[in-house]
Amino acid sequence: MSAIEIEPITGRYMRLEIHGRPHRLYWEEAGQGIPLVCLHTAGADGRQYRALLNDPKITERFRVIVFDMPWHGKSSPPEGWQDEEYKLTTDSYVELVMTVAKALQLENPVVTGCSIGGRVVLELARRHPDYWRCIIGLQSSAKEQRYFDISWLHRPTIHGGEMSAAYCYGLVGPAAPLKHRWETLWHYMQGGPGVFMGDLYFYSIDGDISDKIHEIDTGKCPVYMLTGEYDYSCTPAASEAT
Amino acid sequence: MIEKLQDLVNSDAALVNRGRWMSANMLLQIGDEGHLVEIRSGRIESVSPANVYVTPYDFKIRGTEDAWQEFWKPIPKPRHHDIIALIREGKMQMEGNIEMAMANFLTLKLMLEKPRKLGGGA
Repeated sequence: MSAIEIEPITGRYMRLEIHGRPHRLYWEEAGQGIPLVCLHTAGADGRQYRALLNDPKITERFRVIVFDMPWHGKSSPPEGWQDEEYKLTTDSYVELVMTVAKALQLENPVVTGCSIGGRVVLELARRHPDYWRCIIGLQSSAKEQRYFDISWLHRPTIHGGEMSAAYCYGLVGPAAPLKHRWETLWHYMQGGPGVFMGDLYFYSIDGDISDKIHEIDTGKCPVYMLTGEYDYSCTPAASEAT
Repeated sequence: MIEKLQDLVNSDAALVNRGRWMSANMLLQIGDEGHLVEIRSGRIESVSPANVYVTPYDFKIRGTEDAWQEFWKPIPKPRHHDIIALIREGKMQMEGNIEMAMANFLTLKLMLEKPRKLGGGA
């Protein structure tokens, strides 16, 4: 028998109430130290943080925590989902992150997130500056200038997984190694029907917080932003404007 | 560049297989110049000159000459590396049967970026 390599990541399920409804939520952890909550992008899941969870330079100082949002990855939608349309809103997203962080009894955690996650961390800093040690926004901006009809992501005549990957294809920079590009695209391809579109409802429509962004008290909750230049959805200029 | 598209696509068996359910007449407009790309079961049957005003097509992807030139560089500059990015930049447009284009969008993107392998511009 050949030796296997076991990654230092633990994956478990928690049962908890979110928005007053029972959920079964999947999360992964690695490392010890300052809690670092990581929020995945729209239409994907926590596997996006596979490199961070496996990076000893980070895990020796941080307890990295990655959860799949309900409807994403290994976290199923709540009971009764078949009669609903999934739509993420600013309020529901903030409540979700706060509920999970408090359920895990995290003390003074850091939160980071990409894309929709990069947006909601701004709102977490604004609403809960005393709870978070700091926020790190990846592809983070207060609003998005609409440029695409997101309803193409969920139509019976178009394969949602193929369409989701096509939509995200160009959001992976050309310098990204092929294996990482295509693994990341696979995660988008695996998203449930309408979920990517439901997430983008927050990103493109409900989640414009540009008129409230000045309320963030960076003295209480420092804000860090990292933005790649090939992302045409959140450009460096949009992050700078924020 | 455009005249090489047929060989570049057809010699990629995995790409042809990925597009095997796509048959479409795609009009590519580069500046004022039109090219009709006839795709049948994932293979490009022909690329021929087209009149951008009257040649019938299923969908059209129209871009400035500069946009296509940058798009076909081995490593295009930021926000010029993707059709949607260029649409957002105001340098490309899609017209016609968008639903057909979207249903095959990943395959189309992979086809259209093929000329990058040639190492130049348009």
